[in-house]
Amino acid sequence: MGKNLKLITDPINLNNPITIQVLGICSALAVTVKLMPAIVMSISVLFVMSFANVIISLLRNTIPSRIRIIVQLVVIAALVILVDQVLKAYVYNISKQLSVFVGLIITNCIIMGRLEAFALGNKPLPAFLDGIGNAAGYAIIMIIVAFFREFFGSGTIAEIQIIPQGFYDLGYFDNGLMILPPMALIVVGIVIWVQRARTPELVEEN
Amino acid sequence: MQDLINIFVKSIFIDNMVFAYFLGMCSYLAVSKTVDTATGLGIAVIFVLGITVPVNYLLENFILKKGALGWLLGDEAAGVDLSFLSFIMFIAVIASMVQLVEMIVEKFAPTLYNSLGIFLPLIAVNCAILGGALFMQEREYASIGEATIFGLGSGVGWFLAIVGISAIREKIRYSAVPAPLRGLGITFIATGLMGIAFMTFMGIKL
Repeated sequence: MGKNLKLITDPINLNNPITIQVLGICSALAVTVKLMPAIVMSISVLFVMSFANVIISLLRNTIPSRIRIIVQLVVIAALVILVDQVLKAYVYNISKQLSVFVGLIITNCIIMGRLEAFALGNKPLPAFLDGIGNAAGYAIIMIIVAFFREFFGSGTIAEIQIIPQGFYDLGYFDNGLMILPPMALIVVGIVIWVQRARTPELVEEN
Repeated sequence: MQDLINIFVKSIFIDNMVFAYFLGMCSYLAVSKTVDTATGLGIAVIFVLGITVPVNYLLENFILKKGALGWLLGDEAAGVDLSFLSFIMFIAVIASMVQLVEMIVEKFAPTLYNSLGIFLPLIAVNCAILGGALFMQEREYASIGEATIFGLGSGVGWFLAIVGISAIREKIRYSAVPAPLRGLGITFIATGLMGIAFMTFMGIKL
């Protein structure tokens, strides 16, 4: 049991997919302007990742290794189409905001990376837990980044006004730079800084 | 002609794949340690984007789009909308084109093949490539010429970004970066600053 628990807790901090393994950066940066799309995106990734892991893990002994990439892509693409259609049907506005990034879950390297590194060599249950753990690690970074960008960029959190109107009357301004793409990179850079300062064994040589 | 030049310039500088949409970040971060390898990957991306975007354009306009099957079915085609299949079709085209390009390059230009090495197969899961196809679909380019130019321009933009960051990383090795920021952290922040520099192009209307 302890081993299975580790599969979930490890990726959240010590082996985080975004800040340590450097996987799945593209979408993590692009959809973090507001908190809601970031949460929807995290849930979509959680769904696709855990089920893709289980499916590939079930098939792992039957897939010839030469065509495994195409098999993996087809499995992921099928799951992503499901997610995309569901999002379009129930949360159309957010699906519009996410634009091409739902489709890009297919090539999100976090999913391919975990399939290659874990699901191809493990039983379905650990693979499922690994998927959930890594998606959770991904979600945590997404939510932290989106929280700060939305708070400083628009003065709201999940569309609810947090900074009182009085501040604006006194001359407070939202930091427009936080909404622009480059700040996502800098916020992630700072998250990495904080994380590595707290756990010195993660510091890189160069 | 002027339209084509506009699209080319726009896709390089204003809609830069890396700085405006964060596409292909994973390989951008992983393969940018030295200028040589970065150049190799950059050229491979230009190459593959220049081929897959027009191919996917044909697929989109003659098979997938609503009513696009008119050339085959006549009037009945008006009700046929296969666009929900586009993810899976695009990724299949990309995976097979990458395989094909790899074989052709190996046969006819062995020196180029050796210098590109493992980067060619990796490109199949580079989100800049699928991103190019999905943006092509979203923006509805008028002709195959425009789509090709858009693909090439996006590739050149990506090439510029990765060569730039790899040159910066080569130099940064000799600087006194705070320990927790070394490696990944400082790369993120440098990319953010490059992104801010690229934002100067944003006001240009083409």
